[in-house]
Amino acid sequence: MIDYSVDGDGVASIVWNMTDRSMNVMNQASVAAFGEAAQKAIADKAVKGVIVTSAKGDFVAGGDLVSMLEESKDAAKALQNSFKLQKMFRDIEKAGKPFVAAINGTALGGGYEICLACHRRIAADNPKALIGLPEATIGLLPGAGGTQRLPRLIGVSKALPMILEGKKVDPKAALGLGMIDEVVAPADLLKRAKEWILGDGQTGHVKPWDQKGFRVPEAANTPRGAQVFTAGNAMLRAKTQGNYPNAQYIMSCVYEGMLVDIDTGLKIESRYFVACTQSKEARNMIRSLFFSIGEANKLANRPKNIPTQTYTKVGILGAGMMGAGIAWACSSVGIQTVLLDSTQESADKGKAYSAALLDKRIKAKKATEADKEKQLGLIKATTSYDDLKGCDLIIEAVFEDRAIKADVTKKAEAQIAPTAIFASNTSTLPISGLAEASSRPANFIGLHFFSPVDKMPLVEIIRGKQTSDETLARAMDFVKKIRKTPIVVNDSRGFYTSRVFATYVTEGLTMLAEGVAPAIIENAGKMAGMPVGPLALADEVSMELMHRVRQQTRKDLGDAYKSDGSEPVLQAMVEKLGRIGKKAGKGFYEYPADGRKKLWSDLAKHFPVKPAAEQPDVQDVIKRLVYIQSVETARCLEENVVIDVRDADVGSIMGWGFPPFRGGTVSNIDTVGVQPFVTECDALAQKYGARFTPPRLLRDMAAQGKAFYAA
Amino acid sequence: MTEAFIYDAVRTPRGKGRASGALHEVTPMRLATTALEAVRDRNNPDTSLVDDVVLGCVMPVGEQGSDIARVALIQAGYAETTAGVQVNRFCASGLEACNMAAAQVMSGQSQMAIGGGVESMSRVPMGSDGGAWATDPAVAMPTYFVPQGISADLIATKYGFSRDDVDSYAVESQKRAKRSWDEGRFKKSIIPVKDINGLTILDRDEHMRPETTMQSLASLDPSFVAMGEQFGFDSVAMQRYPDVERIEHVHHAGNSSGIVDGAAAVLIGNKEAGQKTGLKPRARIRSFASIGSEPTIMLTGPSFAAEKALKLAGMKPSDIDLYELNEAFASVVLRFMQALNISHDKINVNGGAIALGHPLGATGAMILGTMVDELERTGKSTALVTLCVGAGMGTATIIERV
Repeated sequence: MIDYSVDGDGVASIVWNMTDRSMNVMNQASVAAFGEAAQKAIADKAVKGVIVTSAKGDFVAGGDLVSMLEESKDAAKALQNSFKLQKMFRDIEKAGKPFVAAINGTALGGGYEICLACHRRIAADNPKALIGLPEATIGLLPGAGGTQRLPRLIGVSKALPMILEGKKVDPKAALGLGMIDEVVAPADLLKRAKEWILGDGQTGHVKPWDQKGFRVPEAANTPRGAQVFTAGNAMLRAKTQGNYPNAQYIMSCVYEGMLVDIDTGLKIESRYFVACTQSKEARNMIRSLFFSIGEANKLANRPKNIPTQTYTKVGILGAGMMGAGIAWACSSVGIQTVLLDSTQESADKGKAYSAALLDKRIKAKKATEADKEKQLGLIKATTSYDDLKGCDLIIEAVFEDRAIKADVTKKAEAQIAPTAIFASNTSTLPISGLAEASSRPANFIGLHFFSPVDKMPLVEIIRGKQTSDETLARAMDFVKKIRKTPIVVNDSRGFYTSRVFATYVTEGLTMLAEGVAPAIIENAGKMAGMPVGPLALADEVSMELMHRVRQQTRKDLGDAYKSDGSEPVLQAMVEKLGRIGKKAGKGFYEYPADGRKKLWSDLAKHFPVKPAAEQPDVQDVIKRLVYIQSVETARCLEENVVIDVRDADVGSIMGWGFPPFRGGTVSNIDTVGVQPFVTECDALAQKYGARFTPPRLLRDMAAQGKAFYAA
Repeated sequence: MTEAFIYDAVRTPRGKGRASGALHEVTPMRLATTALEAVRDRNNPDTSLVDDVVLGCVMPVGEQGSDIARVALIQAGYAETTAGVQVNRFCASGLEACNMAAAQVMSGQSQMAIGGGVESMSRVPMGSDGGAWATDPAVAMPTYFVPQGISADLIATKYGFSRDDVDSYAVESQKRAKRSWDEGRFKKSIIPVKDINGLTILDRDEHMRPETTMQSLASLDPSFVAMGEQFGFDSVAMQRYPDVERIEHVHHAGNSSGIVDGAAAVLIGNKEAGQKTGLKPRARIRSFASIGSEPTIMLTGPSFAAEKALKLAGMKPSDIDLYELNEAFASVVLRFMQALNISHDKINVNGGAIALGHPLGATGAMILGTMVDELERTGKSTALVTLCVGAGMGTATIIERV
């Protein structure tokens, strides 16, 4: 696991080499072995210095979250463990002989914290290697000295964004930031490390902060530091709405730690680290953002025993916004892509979207002209269905109209092999209905992409009544191939994501109709942790579209259709006021050409606002906006629309930005507690309507004291 | 309870609080002793009757540090038996110092005490004393810290004061301050600051801009836009006040209090102490109060402090002839007038800190003196003096002419 050796010149090597795992990670066993090796090197008078490196492609990828969660169940024990780790690194730092991190590949989290404890950091020039402290992105903080050593090394104002945003950078960028000291050719890495040990390292092994008179230049007791923290606190609160305790804890580690010596600072960091591990926010984020997304990416729910399908040619029907984006996604992984539309002009326009994205990437130095030429060469813009011959998969992305969809389905199926898959990118129309136009409904499936496709990582796979296991497995292979995350749901109106997402917007519109002040609705949405308020979202989505979907649903369902509180609002906005949304430049907001959007000044004339004294507490508004999404998700689970609770969580976070600190729509129920959630929903139902009534599934779970996830 | 009377009140003129200001060459110690010497020399040569000197000072560090009140009274030649204490209630420190002096008298523990304050903002700038509220994440983030300028703009937004409203208030403040100087209304209490040769350095408030018009103010950009929008403070304020869609930034240097240097002292005592030294009381202290209010909007405390002081005095807002509220920001005064339904002709009749400046630790004692003078000049009876205070507080004092 950790190889230790000393060469003839007295240079010891401590080599991370966890042969039973794809990457080196820090867990109890590996850390203990590493500490032992370090102690041996420190104690051995013949050892002049130590190289810390890895025998694998990467250096050390960070902490093992499974063991971290296990070990942090008891706060007092977790703190003692943390102190032990800090001491181990501190012993290296004060060894009295030089330690060099020879960073051969990716060094993240605890891996980079090992490097920080060393006296010099030399990285191989490996542009694929990532260096950083990403703990913040899963609700934690760097708890092995990262919050103390990085600001002391590169300054508070440079370190804070790295830690708070969990940024990962390549070795060159890390060098520019001062996070590492040297970048050398991979072949020279160990040679250079040894050279430094036997040269400058013999005197250069006392850290600046272990030298007398060291002051952190941007500590809060300096004028510059006071500014950095004053503005930093506000910017952080503006961004997080106070929802992420670890963000504040990181700020506190740096603020408090820079006012004291390093040993005291490390104690402070350990205490805040343990507080993170005990927080429900971190548990939620680790579960959903790390484990559940990981499982989804590994296709955990793929039907077994079906051979993996490879994709060489894909056809896309409709070169609008979605079709063009899907063409980008396919061609970017080397799939030959046919982009078909009714006119050549539209098809070309769809292809030009990929050209524009590539130009942007070239400008950002993320691609070359050759890459562009190669990728565009894969996209054929056409009007001819003949070009679809040989496609493994067709993705239909035409206008949301049954007749048009049926027509293109027939035309496309006439050209493709009987085994090929036909997928619809509809976001609202039930798949089983669309499959009626297909001559092989077993091969018909829904692939719901999100806009903009090049940025949104999720694909919702919808299984129709007749979709076969094989088709599902093969569709999942495709989503993996284009490097997106699949969730699998059963057919239903709006499927899972559109259906639950809509409840957030609908609830906001309903409140407007009730007379809740629009500013409160919008601020509550953001304070709840959603990316934007519901009214702004309605403007983005287009109220015309929302209105049309409802009319279609009404037509489809007839008497079974249930109107909701948002309908009068949509009707008024679309039919009476002609304020259909952002695209038209007017909706709930005004969009002045030269300024920030602001709520339409006449909004209150059409939707009278209750007097201030009767306005709800913002916490109640937040609760409504969040709970409605969770209770609708519970209904999806009960109706078997969503099959795996992890998919529900992943889909909510990646699909429409449900707040990660809540862990997703399902984890949110567990966080509240199923029983209290049911009780609160009953109260909400009584006050605001039956849509809050918890489904049987939740009542039963509450009665049996069950939760969705093991604690 | 023993009654506390104001026997005299003095203040220095207010010098512009920057290097080019006339009082920048004068140490804060010298400003404080100027006020203390004057209040002694005009009234009561036997300083051993003064039990305590309470001075407000908001940046009590550097040359304003180490209990400036005690050192200033020694330097001013007071009896060594007179104690001195420096207090900090932010912008209301000067008034708080007077209230504490009055409290000593009213409780019978002192027969005479001086309240006052000093601040050389040009020499010991704001922020010099640090503090945890803004910088410590564990404090700032959970308590929604925003700087006062954002709070002032939040008040304007929430209570509906437009840029025109705050600007016209500022123009009127300048007009009133000029009239007061033209008519000599401050004459009674102004003590010129003199140099070592006895030559006058400054004998008039220096910050005023009587030529101010709506047009000239309109050319000023709002001061707190970058702070609010780029540094996230607007969002922080809105998380505390989610009924606000966006914060309208209306305040600027022309409708906010000026940064100035100055000092003030108010001689307070019981009846017997006055009789012993042959002094005639000028006003009686009816009541005083300090309160805490919501800290993010921060500056709405005065109406609550006023209500508390009124209640303690058994009075209603309409029983007060004159109001004096420190013009920290125009919206603070406009909100106070709105909350207590006070007409503009009853409040800040001689102009305020927008025109004259706000030497943090001294202002409260200065405007208390202004009210004593104004009651005497007009023959009116009652006045209420109040200030908004950082971190969400308010301090108020009600006096009655005798």
